[in-house]
Amino acid sequence: MTLTDWLMLMLAIPLLGALGVLATGRYPKLRESVTLATGLALFVTVINVALAGGSGRWVLAEPLPGLQLALSPEPLGVLFALIASGLWIVTSVYAFGYMRAKHEAHQTRFYACFAIAIGATMGVAMAANLLTLFVFYEILTLSTYPLVAHHGDDKARAGARTYLRILLGTSIGLLLPAIVWTHQLAGSGEFRLGGILQGRADGLTATLLLGLFVLGVGKAAVMPVHRWLPAAMVAPTPVSALLHAVAVVKAGVFILVKLSLYVFGLDFLSSGAAAVPWLYLAGFTVVAASLVALRQQNLKRLLAYSTIGQLSYVVMAALMATPTASLAAGLHIAAHAAAKITLFFVAGAIYVASGKTELGQLDGIGRRMPVSMAAFALAALSMIGLPPTAGFVSKWMLLQAAVSSGQGFVLAVLVVSTALNAAYFLPIVHRAFFRVEGASHGREHGEAPWPMVMALGLTATLTLLLTVFANDLLHLLEPVMESGGAG
Amino acid sequence: MFFSHAQVLIVALPLLAVPICALLPGRKLPAAWASLVAWLVLGLSVWLLDEVGAAGELRYSLGSWAPPWGIEYRLDRLSALVQLLLALIASVVFPYAARSLNDDVEEHRAAPVYAALLLLFTGLMGIVATGDAFNVFVFLEISSLSGYALVALGRRRRALVAAFRYLVMGTVGATFFLIGLGLLYALTGTLNMDDLAARIPAVSSTPTARTALLLIVLGLGLKAAIFPLHQWLPEAYAESPPAVAAFMAATATKVALYVLARFLFGVFGIWQLVTVPGLEVGLQVLAAAAMIYGSLMALRENHVGRVLALSSIAQVGYILLGLSLFSVAGVAAGVMHLFNHALMKGTLFMALGAMIYRVGDGRLSRLEGLGHVMPWTVGTFMVGAFSLIGVPLTAGFVSKWYLVLAAIDLGAWWLLAAMLIASILSVMYLWRIVEVLYLRPTSLPRREEAPAALLVPTTVLALANLAVGVHGAPLATLALGAADALLGVGR
Repeated sequence: MTLTDWLMLMLAIPLLGALGVLATGRYPKLRESVTLATGLALFVTVINVALAGGSGRWVLAEPLPGLQLALSPEPLGVLFALIASGLWIVTSVYAFGYMRAKHEAHQTRFYACFAIAIGATMGVAMAANLLTLFVFYEILTLSTYPLVAHHGDDKARAGARTYLRILLGTSIGLLLPAIVWTHQLAGSGEFRLGGILQGRADGLTATLLLGLFVLGVGKAAVMPVHRWLPAAMVAPTPVSALLHAVAVVKAGVFILVKLSLYVFGLDFLSSGAAAVPWLYLAGFTVVAASLVALRQQNLKRLLAYSTIGQLSYVVMAALMATPTASLAAGLHIAAHAAAKITLFFVAGAIYVASGKTELGQLDGIGRRMPVSMAAFALAALSMIGLPPTAGFVSKWMLLQAAVSSGQGFVLAVLVVSTALNAAYFLPIVHRAFFRVEGASHGREHGEAPWPMVMALGLTATLTLLLTVFANDLLHLLEPVMESGGAG
Repeated sequence: MFFSHAQVLIVALPLLAVPICALLPGRKLPAAWASLVAWLVLGLSVWLLDEVGAAGELRYSLGSWAPPWGIEYRLDRLSALVQLLLALIASVVFPYAARSLNDDVEEHRAAPVYAALLLLFTGLMGIVATGDAFNVFVFLEISSLSGYALVALGRRRRALVAAFRYLVMGTVGATFFLIGLGLLYALTGTLNMDDLAARIPAVSSTPTARTALLLIVLGLGLKAAIFPLHQWLPEAYAESPPAVAAFMAATATKVALYVLARFLFGVFGIWQLVTVPGLEVGLQVLAAAAMIYGSLMALRENHVGRVLALSSIAQVGYILLGLSLFSVAGVAAGVMHLFNHALMKGTLFMALGAMIYRVGDGRLSRLEGLGHVMPWTVGTFMVGAFSLIGVPLTAGFVSKWYLVLAAIDLGAWWLLAAMLIASILSVMYLWRIVEVLYLRPTSLPRREEAPAALLVPTTVLALANLAVGVHGAPLATLALGAADALLGVGR
């Protein structure tokens, strides 16, 4: 099996999985086995791509002379693909438990769209040029739309409509022009380490182009194109967990990091002032999102705004454009994925077990759901950035990057937001464990169904493990830094 | 021997087929006859395209009378491409019509209706084949008159009104065109387009020539439904039978735009055009206005047929945009979009017709949830919709890409902005339809596709969209060659 074979499988397996789900729709156990098998097969494929090393290219199609749809692995993309495909397996297990417990309808459509969405994520991770990236980015939006609108009621449809409107609006209105403009400036859209715009775009052009990308990649949720994220919380929690903590949002920030490395180039970005206004915008997003999160009473909405803030950490790192910052970005993508998915899993577990969604209802729930809340506490520590979690390692690297490139603003943002993160996460943990349940606490309950608890336990453990394996991850990313530039 | 007359046969064949068709009994026989003729013409057009590719240009003097007194048929790359398009559309729509018109046309009227379709086809092919300006007018009228009759076949009484309006506006347009031609004849003494091209530079700055240009542009603008002369189109397409709408949407306006391109660049020539103050900008403004107006209006409609018709007005704007850039890249992009729009609109109208066949009419409220019970049919509609939006791997992407690049090349940023706004609007009005088709529950009991006779032609055209989308290089090369040849004439 050559590298091109594995690349082809990365797209083929989710597609076949989706078809398999549609075919076995009437037999839930079979359908779920298909989902699980697809997830495992995909993960194995991605590992093979990672191990194959070297470079390769698989051309899907060539619509126009010189314009190809092609996949080609590179370290950052491989990391992203590993995270997404690995966490997909865990999320599938979680979803089995959740969907069964809530007796959700349309499960076949759910699992089929899930599979297509993961396939699209693989496409985004492995895209070899801007056009391919754009195509899979759009497929991701379209395949997650039915997932967001899953419940089918008016609220779900409204939320889904906002989701679609903002993501399609930014991608067609901003991202596509940016891609075309890049093509026109650089002569091609191929990703190349060190960037393709060196010497072809001057100050104002570069600033505008970068801005079009930063706002056009709506999935990175930089303000003001962030509203789709809280709107998408109407989706069932497995959707929120995987897609809006891992695949969709991660695709967004991954794209921005990739752009800074492979389209603009670290040298180009760090030497000019093109990134400055957008750096401020990202920093503003971090603080503003944390402030809004502070005021939320609904757990999922709080997590949504927390995600928006955390994503802009990565955006800031991408815009700082130094090798250390890029490494930190990659690591934070991994760390945040593990921690956020845990938090969402717990939120869903609480909902399934007790029906509770608001913070005020969570008094003393740690007594009833100790495993879940312990996982929540661990993940919260990672979000805040305290040892021994992976979040600590990535935040530390971010701080280092900020200090070494003299980015006082970024430093200030990091410090302030850490405090804010603590301010909205720690009270939840405190409530859960150190308050006593109120008189009107609702029904008696224990932990959520075991698939869900197993899933969240796994991801919480991953948050710890990532600390241990952080160095290995950095090794994986190092080749990217080789010709990345100074600083 | 046969093939040396291919240039004429491609028009003579359908023309001779018309009276034969009118005399055939029943319903199936005329329909089969029309389809057969269309396929034969398709074969001829493919052969001719090949020949022109090698030779660059083919000339045929009717009756061996030498031009410029005799009527000359002149085929260059552009004409060959458009001929291929027309034949392709006819080959797909005529078999489709065989089943689709069953409800709209009684058995005893079937033969004349198919004869009218053939006549429309003849007229269109003739316009493209000929090198004589007055011949263009004759064929234009032949195609228009048969078009008026076909539109009137729609089920509702409004079809008669729509046909009448089309007739009035179409005749006004033809009259303007004729007067413009007459002025040119008075100025130059010739009607042969090549000869005109040679003689016009000497007289081009006279008010007469400018008036002729204006009248010709106006007349063709009416025929092509360029904003604001588009009033006849929405009703005509919405009220006519689906097969007729599919055929006309994919061909009539395209051919009018072809004639416009031919006269602007092939007869007047680019060097004369740039001396006309305000022409270039004027056309660009009209193009941008058409794109935005058409898309905005489409957003407000509740009848899918009208949405598609208004969308056509916007797409005509796109084609005009390419042409109005007055550059090889722009004209090539316009030609590409001319071709691709025919493919996508043909698919959309045929798919809609298949849905109407099942549920009775094309109002959004009737189409709820059809995606669940007619997945294949609605799937072909989706392919057409994606192509209209310009999703990569569809034909629409190829032409839109070239249009954008051509606009950037000339620094026409405001045109780019107009295209962007129109694209976003097209996503919006198509999404409305998609939402109804897939995300609403259906009142129909069970899954049942449209009949194969309707589905197969629609699928073929949808696949053509994908084929061009996946491998757009051949079309791009052809269009660039066509634009090169066309603009080179003006020297």
